[in-house]
Amino acid sequence: MFKIPFHLAMHVPDGFLNLPVSLCSWAIAITLIAFALNNLKSEYQERAVPLMGVCAAFIFAVQMVNFPIPGGTSGHLLGGTLAGVLLGPWAGSLVMAVVFVVQAVMFQDGGITALGANIVNMGLVGTFGGYYLYQLVRRILGQHSWLGISTGVAIAAWLSVVTASILCAIMLGLSDTVPLSVALTAMVSWHIAIGVGEALITVVAVSFIWRTRPDLIYLPISNRKLAERELANTEQN
Amino acid sequence: MNPNNSANNRLLLITGLGTALIIAAFLSPFASKDPDGLDRVAGDLKFEHKATENTAAKQLPFAQVFAEYSLKAVSDEKLSTAVAGVIGTITTFGIAWGLGKLAVRRKSASSETKSQADERNS
Repeated sequence: MFKIPFHLAMHVPDGFLNLPVSLCSWAIAITLIAFALNNLKSEYQERAVPLMGVCAAFIFAVQMVNFPIPGGTSGHLLGGTLAGVLLGPWAGSLVMAVVFVVQAVMFQDGGITALGANIVNMGLVGTFGGYYLYQLVRRILGQHSWLGISTGVAIAAWLSVVTASILCAIMLGLSDTVPLSVALTAMVSWHIAIGVGEALITVVAVSFIWRTRPDLIYLPISNRKLAERELANTEQN
Repeated sequence: MNPNNSANNRLLLITGLGTALIIAAFLSPFASKDPDGLDRVAGDLKFEHKATENTAAKQLPFAQVFAEYSLKAVSDEKLSTAVAGVIGTITTFGIAWGLGKLAVRRKSASSETKSQADERNS
């Protein structure tokens, strides 16, 4: 009997998605990645070069470490929100794409036909959706306060995992692999719990960086001058 | 503190990549072996058999070396996972870093030509 080995999920393997779903998700992934590449070139920051590498390496490594959740299941960090918070949506999306490509091509983790879907669900949901939600919370609760940042990170991280599981269930349903309602219930209920792990790990990681290298937390260009001024003010005090 | 200071960046590189490698080498072999999210659902709802056996990835040369996250050449399960993890981490780092370098080089090339043009015009 074919048994999917541990920690190869929510990476969708070959065979779970039908051709139209697979092609559509590939198209979405390629479009958004091209868009990210283009925007990356126009706002690049020298210091982000090592950060892209480090972030990708860290997310790859942490994705290998499953943590147990009650009920005999395990979860692992996805990292999309973390990548978005540190690198912004453009560089963050590229980093996530690299992680999933290496996983699929070198380690047969996630099917190559399903790679587009995996990049979209587990990567781009976090680096776009998670990122913008986190920025929204920051704007509401305090752009440069730890309260704003940590709350934004936690909510965005949790929601990005739950959303990923919803999208995954929808793709499975559309592919007739499993009935949609059943898949949704099952996937979402596990990932509500797994999302808590994501939120915790991401907040801890961001808090470490906030305390040691706050400049590494991504700032969109329009906010950067404001932040530089504020940082200069706090350093003077 | 100058964020573009190369010493700061080197420190970031070493601590960041170092942390990732430590996680890959020493934590991943002890990861929970419980099935995760999709695995569990696929098992419970009985569609795991729909996964393709002979996938495209298995035809690639990497599949000769790695059986998922374990190095075929190493028999000890934990060591095998650790080595695979380290190789994967370094590879991922290299590609992402390389992509970043490509983007920076293009940007500084275009800003150099702009400043040369400005000098000529002044």
